Amino acid sequence: MTTYNDFVIRFANVNGSGSASANGMFAKALFRMGIPVSTRNIFPSNIQGLPTWFEVRVSDKGYLGRREGVDIMVAMNAETFEEDVAAVKPGGFLLFDNTKALALNLKRSDITEIGIPLTDLLLPVFTDIKQRGLFKNITYLGALAALLNIEFDVITGMVSTQYAGKDALIAPNIRALEIGREYARQYLPCPLPFQVRRMDANGDRIMVDGNAAAAIGALYGGATVCAWYPITPSTSVAESFEQYANKLRVDPDCGRRRFAVIQAEDELSAIGIVIGAGWNGARSFTATSGPGISLMSEFLGLAYFAEIPAVVMDIQRAGPSTGMPTRTQQADLLSAAYASHGDTRHVLLFPSTPKECFEFAAQAFDLADRLQTPVLLMSDLELGMNDNLSEPFAWDDTRAYDRGKVLDADDLDRIERFGRYLDVDGDGIGYRTYPGTHPTKGAFFTRGTSRDEYARYTESPEAYVQNMDRLLKKWKTAATLVPKAEIGGSGHRAGILFYGTSALPMQEALDLLTEEGIHLDTLRVRGFPFGAEVYQFIDAHDFVFVVDQNRDAQMKTLLVTEGGLDPATLISVLYFGGLSISADTIQAQVSEYFTEQKLPRLTEVKS
Amino acid sequence: MTFVAKPRVHHPKLPINEIGLTRRDYEGPVSTLCAGCGHDSVSAAIVAACAELSLPPHKFAKISGIGCSSKTPSYFLSKSHGFNSVHGRMPSVATGANLANRELYCIGVSGDGDTASIGLGQFAHIVRRRINMLYIVDNNGTYGLTKGQFSATNDKGSTSKKGSPNLYEPIDLVSMALQIGASFVARSFSGDKKQLVPLIKAGLMHKGFAFIDVISPCVAFNNHQGSTKSYEYVRDHSETVTVSDYFQPHDEITVDYDPGSSEDVKMPDGSTLRLHKLDRDFDVHDRVNALNYVQKRQAEGEVVTGLLYVDPDASDCHEILDTVQRPLNELGEAELCPGNAALHAINDSFR
Ligand SMILES: Cc1ncc(C[n+]2csc(CCOP(=O)(O)OP(=O)(O)O)c2C)c(N)n1
Ligand code: SF4
Ligand SMILES: [Mg+2]
Repeated sequence: MTTYNDFVIRFANVNGSGSASANGMFAKALFRMGIPVSTRNIFPSNIQGLPTWFEVRVSDKGYLGRREGVDIMVAMNAETFEEDVAAVKPGGFLLFDNTKALALNLKRSDITEIGIPLTDLLLPVFTDIKQRGLFKNITYLGALAALLNIEFDVITGMVSTQYAGKDALIAPNIRALEIGREYARQYLPCPLPFQVRRMDANGDRIMVDGNAAAAIGALYGGATVCAWYPITPSTSVAESFEQYANKLRVDPDCGRRRFAVIQAEDELSAIGIVIGAGWNGARSFTATSGPGISLMSEFLGLAYFAEIPAVVMDIQRAGPSTGMPTRTQQADLLSAAYASHGDTRHVLLFPSTPKECFEFAAQAFDLADRLQTPVLLMSDLELGMNDNLSEPFAWDDTRAYDRGKVLDADDLDRIERFGRYLDVDGDGIGYRTYPGTHPTKGAFFTRGTSRDEYARYTESPEAYVQNMDRLLKKWKTAATLVPKAEIGGSGHRAGILFYGTSALPMQEALDLLTEEGIHLDTLRVRGFPFGAEVYQFIDAHDFVFVVDQNRDAQMKTLLVTEGGLDPATLISVLYFGGLSISADTIQAQVSEYFTEQKLPRLTEVKS
Repeated sequence: MTFVAKPRVHHPKLPINEIGLTRRDYEGPVSTLCAGCGHDSVSAAIVAACAELSLPPHKFAKISGIGCSSKTPSYFLSKSHGFNSVHGRMPSVATGANLANRELYCIGVSGDGDTASIGLGQFAHIVRRRINMLYIVDNNGTYGLTKGQFSATNDKGSTSKKGSPNLYEPIDLVSMALQIGASFVARSFSGDKKQLVPLIKAGLMHKGFAFIDVISPCVAFNNHQGSTKSYEYVRDHSETVTVSDYFQPHDEITVDYDPGSSEDVKMPDGSTLRLHKLDRDFDVHDRVNALNYVQKRQAEGEVVTGLLYVDPDASDCHEILDTVQRPLNELGEAELCPGNAALHAINDSFR
């Protein structure tokens, strides 16, 4: 029986061996054949030499989450060979370089070996050792084309565009592809029972990583100052921003830049620069990960109290710096939500797709300006660093930036008396002025909380309490402005609440659960503070599963703390192993709860 | 404690500057620092310098860290915005403020604790980045606001108020600034208005990063015998290398200072900074020599004051980054947003 467009293939390589481009081409070829794919890099905190894996999920149903089990293993790393062989599902295939025969103890009777003598095949063709190493990757790609029925001209077309301008590289690449294809055709059981065939499931979708998307969002959102300090997995946000800005943000007349990027000396400095620029009326942002959030905490508190707009993109990762810095987690919710000393709370946005990374990044600047406070975009390594299928980006050219409540010189002339922290409109948000606006009016001295509504120094308890209460009122306003939760289904006893990349495997998990007679309504949280719809959803269900990719159920903690909810009604589904959560994991934990609690399942009667 | 409004008595005899303002227009509310604190003299010198330069008093960004010194920006230039930020992090906030609007005069005020201890890293890096600003350290050799602990600029052997000696080597911020590449480096003394006001004027007019280390005694915790940052100690041990008198080209007045050789330093706006050299041929364009000289005199227990180094042709961070002339905070959708057509092309690149 042949399975079309539904399998998981994993490439096991050595970090720095040039496999990334061949593997990327593999995924892109399938994408161009209209087949839904999702890709995952599983890589070590190392530049060269350690093992790295690249996994492609191919799914005609459009499932984008990680699935447990590997159908086809391309095992190119001697060091991990044993565990790679073990990872193949029974009935699966093992593709390897059989220039050296497979050790007897590694043989498995329940999988099919596909040996290609890659080293031997390339030895007579490419004399340069380094070239030979690189072309090995291209050669197995050629073999896979034959084994899986990938349209060959889609791949050769990609080679031509990828090396446009470096034409000398095109011919040897095509040659390497052909060597692989010819060998497979002659000696291997082509095609395998796992195959691809063209379909039209991708529509106008794009394939892009969340970090590039967020960077483009910042560019469209009008960011002019970016200050950052390198940290995986956030680095490519700042690098992409600079790259796109260099192309799209220069003055056409003089060629000079309409933006400034500073690679700061550390994250304290990065956030300080962002806050200084925000104070002075420029849209500014930083990108970081957990350790950076820790360092930025003091400043984030100041920005909260002094009411200064700032945008932080937190691309979350697992553990501390010597934890698993190249693995994904939703690990920073609590440290971001309550970053800093004193009573502080921060606005969080939770994108689930590259398109949302783009949109929320742009929107973050409007929210930060409107609310005069830091806004944190909570992405993660899974979304940020992997190519994900996404709806294309769109921008309404009539859209104006919301710069919030800012008074210009004319406004100041019109008003009797300016008070920076007066709640004129009753929404908890005062009016601000940029430095240098007016010769005599509107200047004020910015400090934390020891000031009254006119920004004059005071340590009066009444003034302090009044100010803190106003900030709470502003927090309530924020709950009405952040993106609303997305709700699916209705009328079931139980619900499932999730956010960020837990959305990727969710449809598949729900389908698996339905087969077991478990039906759940869904709610995808997209912003914090939670809108009323989140509490209404929880209220309307007997119990709600809360999916967290961290050990300590951080989203559940936020819900319980902010909403005063009964923890017993929120059942945690947790995964924190550093890979992204899979549909199987969600299914297993939900199903187990139903079994434990002896809850009824509604299996539809099939006629 | 609440804000005390300063009575606005108009002095008929106060001189009026080129833009029709008096010194009063550059002042701030009354200071809450200890009476006699050196920091208040530095604020007064800033007021005098800005008034004499006839700069618009609302066109400043005043940034500080945390400390008695860092409170002072609320006591001068009240028509300008100020930001009392985070301990040791004034340089980063000033960097952001300057990136957002290059047209404002940026004054950063910090303390020796703020700059030489908790903020030493940020200090080093703002020097490297060449932010166009005047960076003043009110250096009293102590943590005033937390009541008198030693700071890192305190000389070894100097005693605290309670009598215990400082056991560690001092950090000399002037030497550091010279070494890392600051394009304007000076040192002065809060009580020496004649020297300090012209230095502040020159620092404000300098394009690029200007640093002035101002010895500014703390009368509460570091002005006793045994302290090397007391009024008496500094008065007795300072040696002035240069006196600078900044004036605009159309200005006819030349001040008759002590005899000695003099040199004109060209400033970026076309005006000239005249330097009078005292007692030896001090070359303000020789970074290495300045560094040597400061260190040598320091070894001999002397505090060198005056303008030590200036590079009038220095570039600033905006030039390094090649940003547009118009302040970034003034750009709107038309200049910032590439639009939907460009986004289509971006989408296509991901297919
Ligand atoms: C992170 C942090 N640590 C410690 C403090 C406490 N603190 C406030 S001011 C200060 C020292 C200030 O010394 P300096 O910069 O020399 O200023 P001075 O008061 O002497 O003018 C300290 C340690 C603080 N505000 N923040
Ligand atoms: S404690 Fe010292 S530094 Fe602080 S205000 Fe008093 S004299 Fe000035
Ligand atoms: Mg001090």
